[in-house]
Amino acid sequence: MGKVLMKGNEVIGEAAIHAGCVYFFGYPITPQSELVAYMAKRLPEVNGLFLQAESEVAAINMVYGAASAGVRVMTSSSSPGFSLKQEGISYLAGAELPAVIVNIGRGGPGLGNIQPAQSDYFQVTKGGGHGDYYTPVLAPSTLQEIIELTSEAFRIADDYRTPVILLGDGMLGQMMEPVEFRDIKEKEFKEKEWATSGTEGDGPPRVITSLDLSDIKLEERNNRLQEKYSKIKKQEIKVESLYTEDAEHIVIAYGTVARMVQSAIEKAREEGMKIGLIRPVTLWPFPSEVISRISEDVKGILAVEMSAGQMVEDVRLAVEGKTPVSFYGRTGGVIPSVEEIYEAIKKLGKGVTA
Amino acid sequence: MKTVFERTEGLKDNETHYCPGCTHGIIHRLVAETLEELGALERTVGVASVGCSVLAYDYFNCDMTQAAHGRAPAVATGIKRVLPDDRLVFTYQGDGDLASIGMGEIVHSAARSENITVIFVNNAIYGMTGGQMAPTSLIGQKTATSPGGRTPRAQGLPIRVSEMLATLDGSTYIERVSTHNVPHIIKAKKAIRKAFETQEKQQGFSLIEVLSTCPTNWGLTPEESLDWVRDEMIPYYPLGIYKDIRKEREGV
Repeated sequence: MGKVLMKGNEVIGEAAIHAGCVYFFGYPITPQSELVAYMAKRLPEVNGLFLQAESEVAAINMVYGAASAGVRVMTSSSSPGFSLKQEGISYLAGAELPAVIVNIGRGGPGLGNIQPAQSDYFQVTKGGGHGDYYTPVLAPSTLQEIIELTSEAFRIADDYRTPVILLGDGMLGQMMEPVEFRDIKEKEFKEKEWATSGTEGDGPPRVITSLDLSDIKLEERNNRLQEKYSKIKKQEIKVESLYTEDAEHIVIAYGTVARMVQSAIEKAREEGMKIGLIRPVTLWPFPSEVISRISEDVKGILAVEMSAGQMVEDVRLAVEGKTPVSFYGRTGGVIPSVEEIYEAIKKLGKGVTA
Repeated sequence: MKTVFERTEGLKDNETHYCPGCTHGIIHRLVAETLEELGALERTVGVASVGCSVLAYDYFNCDMTQAAHGRAPAVATGIKRVLPDDRLVFTYQGDGDLASIGMGEIVHSAARSENITVIFVNNAIYGMTGGQMAPTSLIGQKTATSPGGRTPRAQGLPIRVSEMLATLDGSTYIERVSTHNVPHIIKAKKAIRKAFETQEKQQGFSLIEVLSTCPTNWGLTPEESLDWVRDEMIPYYPLGIYKDIRKEREGV
């Protein structure tokens, strides 16, 4: 299969199908609606099921049901709708059910607007719903990377029995790029013996629940979850480093913004400035060690986000004061230009923090 | 010696946590016996809701999933839609769960004619949380959150779920039954069986509303509670079949 020109939202849908997910429960919200429409058209063609739920709340609970029955399943939304899914994501985490939830972020808070934003970082990386839990968060920056990371999201979900978030922004969802689907082989998945799909006489009935009325037992369950999160932190961190070998300053950015940052860095390097890029691909677990190590060798770090400064808090935690950390961001759906990022980079080393 | 009564295979050998005089136990048994009689225990997935029946998964002897408050019909939809057609999927929900926080999910599941069976246990009060007013609490009923008695002006009027869902074209079989005496328990069993048969025949959405007791939160003895169902609940929630279009749904 050669390259095809597709829209980001549609790429997510096709990537999910390639990853063996043929069940999708959706609800329209801009700027992710093309994904819902794509699945409605495409899933019947692959003997799958698309269902438009009555709300985001219903959609995530349909996902909970389908996941408990043992299939690969997905839902998607954008910021306000994603907030509505948080209750269900907490239940998925508590009941240890694998599922992939897409958030194509838009400007907030409240109804905000439909322009791209990265202001849901706190929500997706710190649990988001009630209780002690985390969800792995994958943040692609190109449409080709969506294909790889969607597949990864389903693998991580199944391997660790956890909900996984695929985080993009309206720009990623709406842009068109040529992509190639390389792996279209039928996949064999590990059987989910825990699934409640009818016992068929094979062993005692199974139970999926996030409830434990005993405090001691619930603590044991929570400890088990924490062990799982430690394992994920050890094994699943993904980060891209560019021009870091000789870098005196580092810019950290994720998702689509990292692409503009890369252009700005390349411009700065042409001017002789030694700037490197670190792009966290997993936002949770966060590549703290990579950042911590490099903070010992550089004169300063700049975080660039389409938010008022959210990821920068994790950067500061990783840096532990070893080097100055500055921030540049635009909010409300404003996309920072390469030029203004370049201007922010130029201030690095001059002792000016944004 | 001849065995005249046995524990149904549909229930696990666990003691229930229900209060004395509560009819949840009876309703559990009716559902469990039905699944056993249909030979369906090994191909059934039940969905427990939030409320007194949250631990239903400790009692029903089939695969069980526990759902968030009010979301059981959505969870059941997810399960039913991805499993083979021979699987039976039911939800077991109280009135706070189904008629208040879960009103959206139940209405839309009925509208889609999801091929699931809903056991709706209506005792006109929130039990688990300690006796607060439910959407089905009666006018004048004193609860923790309507201490002076429910009034139409302050708290609105009780919702008749069966009548309401029967108006939806999607619903196939809806009946309201009661558990306040033996003849009615026998009728309730028949209704529950009809509902599961509706699902078995792929005829779409079925719901049985079962009037139930809550002596603890009503502040009545178990016997007075049975009378309260008869004298206070049934006049507002008349028993009977509210929807039966199973014939029309044959072969759909």
